[in-house]
Amino acid sequence: MELIFEKSQAGRRAGRVPSYGLPVPEVPASLRRAQAPRLPELAENEIVRHFTNLADRNFGIDTGFYPLGSCTMKYNPRVNERVVALPGFANLHPHQEDEGAQGALELMWELQQILAEVAGLPAVTLQPAAGSQGELTGLMLMRAYFADRGEGEQRDTIITADTAHGTNPASVTMAGYKLEKVATTDRGNLDLDDLRAKVNERTAGLMLTNPSTLGLFDEGIAEVAEIFHSQGALLYYDGANLNAVVGISRPGDMGFDIVHYNLHKTFSQPHGGGGPGAGPVAVIEALEPFLPSPQVVRDGDVFRLDHDRPKSIGRVRGFAGPFGVFVRSYAYMRAYGPDLRAMSETAVLNANYVLARLRDVYELPYDRLCMHEFVLSARGLKKEHGVTALDVAKRLMDFGVHPPTIYFPLVVPEALMIEPTETESKERLDHFVDVMTRIAAEAAEDPSFLKEAPHKRPVRRLDEVKAAKEPVVKYAFGDRPLVEAGA
Amino acid sequence: MTAGYLSLTERDREEMLAAIGVSSMEELFAQIPASVRFDRELDVPPALSEAELVRHLEELAAKNAHTGSELSFLGAGIYDHYVPAIVDYVLQRGEFLTAYTPYQPEMSQGVLQAIFEYQTVICELTGMDVSNASGYDGFTVAADACLIARNHTGRSRIVLTETLNPQLRQVVKTYAPGFGLEVVEVPHDGGTTDPDRLAAASQDAAAVIFPQPNFFGCLEPAPDLAAAAKGAGALAVAHVDLTSLGVLEAPGAYGCDMAIGEGQSAGNYQSYGGPHYGFLAARTEFIRRLPGRIVGETTDLDGDRGFVLTLQTREQHIRREKATSNMTTNQTLLALGGLVTLSWLGPNGLRELGETCMSLVGYARERLGLPAAFDRPAFKELAVRTPIPARDVVRRARERGVHPGYVLGRDVDGMDDVLLVALTEKRTPAEIDRLADVLAEVC
Amino acid sequence: MAGEESYPEGLKYHPEHDWARIEGDEAVLGITWWAQDALGELVHFEAPSAGDATTKDAPYGEVESVKAVSDVIAPLSGEILAVNQKAVDEPEIVNDDPYGEGWLVRIRLSNPSEVEALLDVDAYRAVVAEQ
Repeated sequence: MELIFEKSQAGRRAGRVPSYGLPVPEVPASLRRAQAPRLPELAENEIVRHFTNLADRNFGIDTGFYPLGSCTMKYNPRVNERVVALPGFANLHPHQEDEGAQGALELMWELQQILAEVAGLPAVTLQPAAGSQGELTGLMLMRAYFADRGEGEQRDTIITADTAHGTNPASVTMAGYKLEKVATTDRGNLDLDDLRAKVNERTAGLMLTNPSTLGLFDEGIAEVAEIFHSQGALLYYDGANLNAVVGISRPGDMGFDIVHYNLHKTFSQPHGGGGPGAGPVAVIEALEPFLPSPQVVRDGDVFRLDHDRPKSIGRVRGFAGPFGVFVRSYAYMRAYGPDLRAMSETAVLNANYVLARLRDVYELPYDRLCMHEFVLSARGLKKEHGVTALDVAKRLMDFGVHPPTIYFPLVVPEALMIEPTETESKERLDHFVDVMTRIAAEAAEDPSFLKEAPHKRPVRRLDEVKAAKEPVVKYAFGDRPLVEAGA
Repeated sequence: MTAGYLSLTERDREEMLAAIGVSSMEELFAQIPASVRFDRELDVPPALSEAELVRHLEELAAKNAHTGSELSFLGAGIYDHYVPAIVDYVLQRGEFLTAYTPYQPEMSQGVLQAIFEYQTVICELTGMDVSNASGYDGFTVAADACLIARNHTGRSRIVLTETLNPQLRQVVKTYAPGFGLEVVEVPHDGGTTDPDRLAAASQDAAAVIFPQPNFFGCLEPAPDLAAAAKGAGALAVAHVDLTSLGVLEAPGAYGCDMAIGEGQSAGNYQSYGGPHYGFLAARTEFIRRLPGRIVGETTDLDGDRGFVLTLQTREQHIRREKATSNMTTNQTLLALGGLVTLSWLGPNGLRELGETCMSLVGYARERLGLPAAFDRPAFKELAVRTPIPARDVVRRARERGVHPGYVLGRDVDGMDDVLLVALTEKRTPAEIDRLADVLAEVC
Repeated sequence: MAGEESYPEGLKYHPEHDWARIEGDEAVLGITWWAQDALGELVHFEAPSAGDATTKDAPYGEVESVKAVSDVIAPLSGEILAVNQKAVDEPEIVNDDPYGEGWLVRIRLSNPSEVEALLDVDAYRAVVAEQ
């Protein structure tokens, strides 16, 4: 398919800009644009066709089953799109006085209350723009808390699980902490002996998701919390897997002091091809003073942004946060009410059902009931037929199914991490099981067919080595001449 | 279980429990220790049907004074520009809206090609060689640039002009301690930055970040500021406005190493501050230090062109603690809105947009009856001095249905009498006349 | 692409999958067959410069494939005399010929006694067997 620049014709245009016949002040010569930017020149109908054709080459949750582990690809309700587009939200300027933004502030405050209840922690910031920014915020909060207590120099290390998502160690480095890893047992819990050996007065805290990236609830979580708290350290909860436990077990009750949520996972903000998202953070009372500024607060019937926060870590994102995401997530929560619990229960049921039906078709490294996701290994297929997790993933595409997460977590070779989510019907799950079973059979019958998959997508398997060796990251424009600006 | 958006029937549930080999849902949660079980109902507001939900949200929205209900001249980083109707259409396509990050390229050629086109457009506008697929917003991309500069130069000082958006400076200062960076700020001189003063402050700096146009709406001597940075051995980073780049020179053409900014003006609704998209573009030599995703061109087994995420080894899912950033989720959908809008405008439309904004500023200068706060050319915002505190001007004007602009005294000492008036192409001469009348009444 | 698994006699090995060929008071360094196999086809070698120092057990550069990036660990301390420009320009040479044309740097040893702490072929094969 052609790039939009390849369809461009000099002189074509789509939009017209209002002009009021007023004189245009001159831009000083030293600041003036010399050459016009080579933006596309197409009529509006061809722009619409271009993006429609691009959409046709893409697969979303709206298209089919999308069992990406740890991504929680649940249905994105359309009513949320209708309400976020209401002019009172879409056309509200963030510098509007608080009196003129009471609806927005009330929505944010209500969202904070619900998030606090879900986590079992009292204070919430909505500012971070994504889960990983929430992680960084959480680590900054830890740093501020310990500095305030005079323990800043002393506590320089964060502990993460060896099954942790890559954002955890990356966040640790960005926050200026050192990293220590703790092992996972064969049952999928943190190794408590290893932990006791590693947690000491230099430890600032733990970063953990529970259930883990293996989809397993840590049965020793209470002991884990005690180990850290007894050394004066804090526990940080990575909320990536929260969809498993809403209304069933609260991170605050598990012993976590800081929790981040992924509104684009658990609370249905659409992923948008990579973003936007939001990563709000909830904390224990002792950490509340350090939360980013401003905070949404309530004085009787009036809501406002409180900037008077002397101990705040500062600001991690512009304004009060990604407000459009809050509208969608709040609407989502209001569609369930207390039945958010049923959302998580069904997520766990669906995952266990698929696990039960695939456990004898692929290798199951951890033989336990899972939570909202589980991990299979294609190691057997690789050993016997040379077929890898990657090949399985590519072949799934031919059946109209998006592949699960592959090669993660790192502790499982040829990993396939499957998270169906609660919005899928039993028929969808059965279809997935049937397809996965068929692919395992194909691995034995015709491995080379799998190794050249996909066969039915707009492109065949793509050369990622070439893209890394000779990066071409923008259109070269060939010999199209640059023209003078204003020509 | 018919709550919310669930698909299972009672019968489905029974069959599935049987297949799993358990007799009740409760057994699925037996692995959770009793001490951490939550055994009451969530104390959250009750569930609403879709019609009730929409009514509830409409009631909340009605409590907000938006730019359709109040004539507004607010700017200061977020702007009331026109969002073309085709943006709504494209962004609501489920194949874009509900797709994940394109880690499986054969399923995601639509998103990948769109990002490649977005990267191209950002590079064209800024005069740079490589762009990432977006950052969280126009302020956090400054923190990203600081980290790139630290790793490239080995230096640990960042210089910011005070004419940068105050929120950008706050964000950089929040990130700096974790990066081991020291932040120095250079005051303005009559509304812009003096290049010599900047040069003096920039010794041993890793990067110098300056805006164009600046927070006061003024045009900075950008080429001289870039030269001041380079002369001190620092990287020159320009924080720019996409809507200005049809009339203002590209940072790459006057010696900058990186160009960053907030993309909202091109293709996003104001939405009370987000979500929007930050952009980050740089010269080729920085490509391996760039945070965030980058899309590259390649071929498939048949030799046909296709697109993939590339240089992923920079990123957290591979590089982990040595990643260039922890970034995972970015702002792709909003950046797509930017691509669609900039394509819809084309080079002529973008130039005309800049000219219209500047012409409205010229008109406002004459009509508003208040002296300009700074004797400098401006792009789309005009800072004027008010005879009474600007906060009072805002309060009284709003009683008359007009929001006259941003009070610079909220961020800057000595500017309690300065109002920043934004003039986008959605404002008309008649609306400026109305503002002038209201100002005459309230001042 | 890469040939058969091999670990030449006459080289010294480091448990982080690097080799050293001692030549008097100099040494040539590179990564082993196991390392290039684990990484996959290399796309980039982030090389140090001549004149830089290497420190035993510390990284002196990075090699990158599509799916992974890895520090290159110095088995010995010294000063870099030369960098293999071919490995920089065509990193896949490290996969094809990790011990010959795929060498990475040549150093002058600053502490020759460090050689004794390195592994011989059999000891290194034992390390590989445990991976």
